[in-house]
Amino acid sequence: MSLSAAVPVPDATPAPPSGARARRRPRRGWGSTVAGVVVLGFLLFPLYWMVNVSLQSAGSAVGTAWFPLEPSLQGYATAFAQQRDNLVTSLVVSLGSVVVSLAVAAPAAYALAQFRIRGAGVVLFGILISQMVPGIIVANALYSAYNDLGLLNSVVGLVVANASAGIPFAILVMRAFMQGLEPSLVEAAKVDGAGPVRAFVSVVLPVSRNALITAGLFTFLFAWGDFLFALTLTTTPEVRPVTLGLYQYIGTYVSDWSTVMATAVMASLPAVVLLLVAQRYVAAGVTGGAVK
Amino acid sequence: MPQATDEAAPGGAGPAVAGPGQGGGAHASPPAPAAARRSRWRGPRARARLVELGFLVPAVVYMLLFFGYPVVQNLLMGFQEYTTRTFITGEAPWVGLDNYRAVVSSAVFPQAVLNTVLFTVGSIAGQFVLGLAIAVFLRRRFPLNGVLRSLLLLPWLIPLIAASAVWRWILDQDNGVLNQVLGALGVSGSPGWLTSTSLALLAVIAVNVWIGIPFNTTILYGGLQSIPEELYEAGALDGATRWRAFRHITWPLLRPVVTVVLVLGVVYTLKVLDVILGLTQGGPANSTQTLATQSYNLSFQQFDFGQGAAVGNLLIVVSLVFAVVYLRANRRAVDE
Repeated sequence: MSLSAAVPVPDATPAPPSGARARRRPRRGWGSTVAGVVVLGFLLFPLYWMVNVSLQSAGSAVGTAWFPLEPSLQGYATAFAQQRDNLVTSLVVSLGSVVVSLAVAAPAAYALAQFRIRGAGVVLFGILISQMVPGIIVANALYSAYNDLGLLNSVVGLVVANASAGIPFAILVMRAFMQGLEPSLVEAAKVDGAGPVRAFVSVVLPVSRNALITAGLFTFLFAWGDFLFALTLTTTPEVRPVTLGLYQYIGTYVSDWSTVMATAVMASLPAVVLLLVAQRYVAAGVTGGAVK
Repeated sequence: MPQATDEAAPGGAGPAVAGPGQGGGAHASPPAPAAARRSRWRGPRARARLVELGFLVPAVVYMLLFFGYPVVQNLLMGFQEYTTRTFITGEAPWVGLDNYRAVVSSAVFPQAVLNTVLFTVGSIAGQFVLGLAIAVFLRRRFPLNGVLRSLLLLPWLIPLIAASAVWRWILDQDNGVLNQVLGALGVSGSPGWLTSTSLALLAVIAVNVWIGIPFNTTILYGGLQSIPEELYEAGALDGATRWRAFRHITWPLLRPVVTVVLVLGVVYTLKVLDVILGLTQGGPANSTQTLATQSYNLSFQQFDFGQGAAVGNLLIVVSLVFAVVYLRANRRAVDE
């Protein structure tokens, strides 16, 4: 959930005046690259170790080798057999909360960016304040509410709970983008007879594609990585995200670390894939709404 | 702008500071003369305004349900005997300050408060100093800079519980790679990083620093990039290079961003739960128990939701103090 950390920062970090600056900064050589790779190597070592251990054969728990010279996929086979349902649950919950988040956040972002609505400032203030509310407070209250509503151990329950983490972030990212939209764009649609809703759906959303993708990616990662709601709002194995499956492995004595690490690798895959495939969207999201 | 604007709009940008405790979302107008009010809600213009409000309403309702309601509900639960029996009988008797008295006088409480402070201060200090150092380094222009910067994000994008899992194994007393390396370097005794009461908190802080570095680096890097290069050139003419340039040019100009990063860091560190539960579950012997994990324990392990809410409320008060600091800092940054 700490991902939403990036949210309110943009106001303080204006987009860099890249053009002029980039030309003046002296170019350094490969020496700095080597130093950078060393630093990064240290920081990413745990991730290497995760992959390394996941590829070791299950028996070699004592004194893990430094390199998977004889890689074994046994860990992955076991992990997949035990966590398949949980991975599916995670995927369904994450996709669901992307849909809910964007459906709720996109119109709100547009309203906050382009309409003059009384109380818009209060809404923004509420969004910022919401980031200060500890997750355990939300879980504490949701547990009894979900218990009454029969939403414990349900995909729907997890979807709407996770969407609550994504919506504030999505609103801020999309609002920042939509503030830059030309009002004439919507005007043209209105001249053609489109109402505000039609104009929003057929003009605003398509041109805001990039902001939607950025918001969607991060909402997905929030929900995929969620642990607190999974931990508190499910009590049976039927609906269990993979993060909770992983927690249950490490909650007891672990004898087979290659399976645990194979699960951790699978749980980390979406982040890696998104970083490789959608790098520029991720960069845009990390700096929050700095894309003003 | 085509919208009806017969009233002063409170500028969409920037957080308008309202009274404390307002969870957000109130769009009630101040009392207006009856005639004016009637005209406001009639005619095509008024209908357009209603449609516009419709864009915002779902989000406001959502925020009220998932942030406003829990805060209010916890406030109430803090004064109630709210246990598993409540779920059966539906009764939650009012007990005044009993929950608060019980949690504050419990043996764990002083330790949880101290751990929360140490965990927060330690994490922030480590994340910030290392994050800033890396950000300053990344300002250099060198080949593959962009690639390194995006790879740096990885520890932060993967699920926290996956990160905790691998660290559990790295820090393992008997078979962890850290003790393997230390042993090879001649350090004897295989410290029990996660099993010794004197080391566990340190280990948990170190892992949390590792998780927080990418965020600090990214935001501080953004702040550094916005400092005009001309200033450094002018400073160099006056003999300000390296440390002096940092001290007299970088630091003062970076201050607003620094404030934001630090305050946000505090707010987010206070509520950390995943990392501690994943690594130590608050143990051994409560040596890594914080207010957040204690709240979780009371509610979801001992099923005393009243006491869990009481601890949670204390946590929220601390967060809110920092929130106010943050909003003031943010406003100043906007004004500048």
